Amino acid sequence: MDSPPLDFEKPILELQRRLQELKSHSDKHEIDFDSEVESMELKIRETRRQIYENLTAWQRVQIARHVRRPFALDYIARCFTDWVELHGDRVFGDDKAMPCGLAKLGPYRCVVISQQKGRDTKENVKRNFGCAYPEGYRKALRVMRLGEKFNLPVMALIDTPGAYPGIGSEERHIAEAIAVNLREMMVLRVPIIATVIGEGGSGGALGIGIADRVLILENAYYSVISPEACSAILWKDRKHAPEAAEALKLTADDLMRLGVVDEVVSEPEGGAHRDHDLAAANLGAALRRNLKRALETPIDELLRERYAKFRKLGNFAEPKVKNGA
Amino acid sequence: MAIFKKPALKTESRKKREMPPGLWQKCDGCGEVVHEIELVENDRVCPRCDYHFTQTAKERIAKLCDPDSFVELDAGLTSIDTLKFQGMASYKDRLRKYQDKTGLIDAVLSGHALIEGYKVAIAVMDFSFLAATMGSVVGERITRVIEYGTAHGAAVVIVAASGGARMYEGMLSLMQMAKTSGALALHAEKRLPFISVLTNPTTAGVMASFSSLGDVIIAEPRAMVGFAGPRVIKETTHQDLPERFQTAEFLEEHGLIDLIVHRKQLRMQLAQLLAYFSSTR
Ligand SMILES: [Zn+2]
Repeated sequence: MDSPPLDFEKPILELQRRLQELKSHSDKHEIDFDSEVESMELKIRETRRQIYENLTAWQRVQIARHVRRPFALDYIARCFTDWVELHGDRVFGDDKAMPCGLAKLGPYRCVVISQQKGRDTKENVKRNFGCAYPEGYRKALRVMRLGEKFNLPVMALIDTPGAYPGIGSEERHIAEAIAVNLREMMVLRVPIIATVIGEGGSGGALGIGIADRVLILENAYYSVISPEACSAILWKDRKHAPEAAEALKLTADDLMRLGVVDEVVSEPEGGAHRDHDLAAANLGAALRRNLKRALETPIDELLRERYAKFRKLGNFAEPKVKNGA
Repeated sequence: MAIFKKPALKTESRKKREMPPGLWQKCDGCGEVVHEIELVENDRVCPRCDYHFTQTAKERIAKLCDPDSFVELDAGLTSIDTLKFQGMASYKDRLRKYQDKTGLIDAVLSGHALIEGYKVAIAVMDFSFLAATMGSVVGERITRVIEYGTAHGAAVVIVAASGGARMYEGMLSLMQMAKTSGALALHAEKRLPFISVLTNPTTAGVMASFSSLGDVIIAEPRAMVGFAGPRVIKETTHQDLPERFQTAEFLEEHGLIDLIVHRKQLRMQLAQLLAYFSSTR
């Protein structure tokens, strides 16, 4: 299945088309164009490198949303072994936008909580476009508690446009489901490693995002609001989404600078969607390294550091004079 | 941010009367015009239909706390335009405008106080300041006041109102949800009570963090309370929203909050709850 090209990839596609022409011309007339083909291939690589080294925030958002991008279950299949999916929140239902279960990461037994989008309409109906209901967040908490009970660390894979804004969500109290996860994850007595693999959509992402280490893939984004919604509020028009994306400082590098994430995991050139296996190999290596270090830290120290890590986020001015505290 | 406008309970539209600004206000509950003096004397509750108008944080603290018992903490914290946010107006300009308009530095007042003699760490949000969106200052003051409660063995009371996260601070604003909720986890470990009061409107990121974590959750009558904005829900689902959707009464009916308490009874209700949860007076 071919993916629809992203706008900024069109120069590459044009070069690829010309390369194809050149090759068929060469075959037809049995003329040797080898050096031309070679230089064209070089030009394609160079153009791609140029484009991908200078991506704007908005272009990264488009890559993060790419339909061929590896999703949570693609990573689970490649980075982990012995996956056993555990269904349901034991109260209301099984949220297919939030696959959770047991898996092994190399030698380490873990629980995995994740957000899963679909590639086509049928899958997206099943996965609700990666937008979880309250029962998804409650299932994730149930599985995290299972991990705590059996001393299994938690691996969270974040990829959601946001928690689902629906009537049922409100009736079953999506706000509370997320809030409880924030509180409970802060004191969960096993290591937690969270990775934003695609879209980190606001509270819906944060709802499984409290962790000892927060990683983000190179072209993933993590934002308080979608660029489109931000544009609609600030410019009264969704057309300014590219400017909003820039302003929100939602890219991996920006988030490193803000201290919101701890590590950027590199993607194959041209984005994770070009090579699922390589993308997964990079992520798997990063997860194992971070997990190993977390497991070496005594849990009480880990919990203190986890609290301190989030505690220090925020930027404000404060006069030197001590108040009555 | 500000996904929620203040909900107007629709009554038949009447011609706008010319009113001297500040002296008369139209009630969103019954559509009648109420005089400012009447509102002040009645805790900003409509004398005709009991609709609860927005109260400033200052007014609320004066009504909830024992006289002269409130000691403000962290009063000097000021927002910074970390992201250099420019839209149709810059974040800096907006901050200045609301500081001038409200006399507040940001959208929350916090400190310690007594309620009927019970010591509380208290924070009250003020919707008139940038829709009481939660940026770094709001998050930090709420976190510190919770930590104050934890350190001093005091109950925490937070009176919320909010349009959600403060978009202009990007991800730093979202992270305030983690900070405040985490601080409550440590407060809870000390077996100290947290009473959350939801006022009109309490939504989005504030509702999806500390406001939903009360040992007891109280809402004011007819307050709008929810996660996603009703317009967003309508556009996403193409469904008609149920009657009284996302009101305090709707939440009570669905088992999501403990109590709906009239503003005039709130202080005594808090005192009664504090008495149950406090080991010492
Ligand atoms: Zn009225």
